[in-house]
Amino acid sequence: MEILVASAIGIMTAAGLYLVLRLRTFPVILGMSLLTYAVNVFLFASGRLTTAAPPVLRDDMSVYTDPLPQALVLTAIVISFGMTAVVVMIGLGAFLGSNDDHVDDQPEGAQDQAEGQS
Amino acid sequence: MTHWIIAPVVLPALLAPFIVLAARYHIGIQRVFSVVGVLALIAISAGLAWQVADGDILLYQLGDWAAPFGIVLVGDRLSTLMVLLTSLLALFVLLYAIGSRWDDRGRHFHALFQFQLMGIMGAFLTGDLFNLFVFFEVLLIASYGLMIHAGGNTRLRAGVQYVLFNLIGSTLFLFALGSIYAETGTLNMADLGQRAALIGPDATVGIRVASVLLLMVFAIKAAVVPLHFWLPSSYAEAPAPVAALFAIMTKVGAYAIIRVYTLIFPPDLEVTAGLQDTWLLPVALISLALGMIGVLAAKKLDRLVAFSVIGSMGMVMVAISFFTAEGIAAALYYIVHSTFAGAALFLVSDLVRTGRSNLDLTAQPPMAGTSLTSGLFFVCAIAMAGLPPLSGFLGKLMVLDAASGTDMLSWIWAIILSSSLISIVGFARAGSVLFWKSHGVETPEDAVVTSRPTTLSYVSVGGLVTLLVAHTVFAGQVYGYATTISQQLFAPEPYVSTVLETPGKLSTPKEDH
Repeated sequence: MEILVASAIGIMTAAGLYLVLRLRTFPVILGMSLLTYAVNVFLFASGRLTTAAPPVLRDDMSVYTDPLPQALVLTAIVISFGMTAVVVMIGLGAFLGSNDDHVDDQPEGAQDQAEGQS
Repeated sequence: MTHWIIAPVVLPALLAPFIVLAARYHIGIQRVFSVVGVLALIAISAGLAWQVADGDILLYQLGDWAAPFGIVLVGDRLSTLMVLLTSLLALFVLLYAIGSRWDDRGRHFHALFQFQLMGIMGAFLTGDLFNLFVFFEVLLIASYGLMIHAGGNTRLRAGVQYVLFNLIGSTLFLFALGSIYAETGTLNMADLGQRAALIGPDATVGIRVASVLLLMVFAIKAAVVPLHFWLPSSYAEAPAPVAALFAIMTKVGAYAIIRVYTLIFPPDLEVTAGLQDTWLLPVALISLALGMIGVLAAKKLDRLVAFSVIGSMGMVMVAISFFTAEGIAAALYYIVHSTFAGAALFLVSDLVRTGRSNLDLTAQPPMAGTSLTSGLFFVCAIAMAGLPPLSGFLGKLMVLDAASGTDMLSWIWAIILSSSLISIVGFARAGSVLFWKSHGVETPEDAVVTSRPTTLSYVSVGGLVTLLVAHTVFAGQVYGYATTISQQLFAPEPYVSTVLETPGKLSTPKEDH
């Protein structure tokens, strides 16, 4: 199970980083979402992986899973969800205003060239 | 247990929704409540700073849960100083926003301003790393709204870059927190400090990775090269009062580095040896040089100020990276100075924009209100470039003095002194182009008529300059207090024992955890 979770985190991070480096609003936002999924699973795994164990301690309980990462993940999910919504709105506003979805600054005159190509 | 320490977080948190819900369409009421709230914040934070001045540690356990299980707020000399600095800065920035009517050019300025204050105050007061993340997000969400306040295409595009860069920073922060939790099983700062010291030399991989990740996150906030690329365009495009308030946000990163790398990973900790104490100094020196070269190269006044902020953060980081009591004391003195000087310069650049409707560094006809604006620019430029008699010069002397005894002494002196020279040339060029050359330019017939900035704008910039002068006049007392702060930081036993041994619910932790 460890290898499965670890490779899932790794693949999601790699794909997210690749998309973020595309430097166009839509792929970058998709990449950010993948990165936040990866970090959520990573946080979840930081309390060690156990299956079919309750996240609480009782007197006669020998196996339990750490409840704290679950609380942390819940907070992280809510925050990243809200942040993604914010960045979608701002990115949409910037795209509709300037008709250009590049994330990085374009050199002078490059915009006309790009429009000619597409 | 006194409740006052949570007031700097709760007061803006209550004011902001009140402003949104009850005073939505009344800019006058919003202004009154915002100003009264900030004045109350100043009183509260001055009271807190007074209480801890003799070395006490204030502790607040939320819901009476004992640390490390509950969340705690901790007020020591360092955090109360930063809280006081923030509330003083906020007052003058708010007055400027009202005086220049920036708050009326878009909606919800005052509510977002209060939320931003809440996040900054919480980040300074919290004693828990995950809570630090949450307060970072609170201040960032508010700053996204403030950054694109009043709209405009260039501002929105700069806003997208700013938001995305900070989202990546937050993701990195979560990775760091996950690995710290996996290695130590706690996120309480005082508890972490004890547990990091227990890690043996054979299992240091995880904690070293976590330590470097955390340093990178804080370096993004503090705009240290090579993680500074977000700063120039977002600070230059943000509305001027917002950029002035952001002057404290880079200091949040510096504060977090000071706190974490003296309490959790102190310089003599073996498992993280050779990381921050080796790498922070070179990158800080590069930031300093790059920021000041940017000052010389900038073609617009707002970019010039943004690069001078990068340079002054480089200077702060140089002082921090010695990780000695003298270095931290010098860094704290310089942090106070560079917050006021950077904020005042952003406001002055907005005075210029009001007077001549653009910020290009080219000779143009004289602007409205030249005499006062140029006088304020002159004083702020002297402070930022570090010329005598203002506090920038004293701060630089303290940093140079604290550098004695380090291995790279000649490099530090050479780069600090030559970058000062470059920044003096840059500021002198900007000032002469803006204010002197204008007298030789004919006013074209179709010139846009601009009005003089309002009196309240000048008063608020003047207030910041007065604080700078006071910071210079009382330099001895301030430096003495900064020295006691850094002594407290390098002797963290009272901090740790106050946090971990104060009784509360669940105060007898299980042995097996």
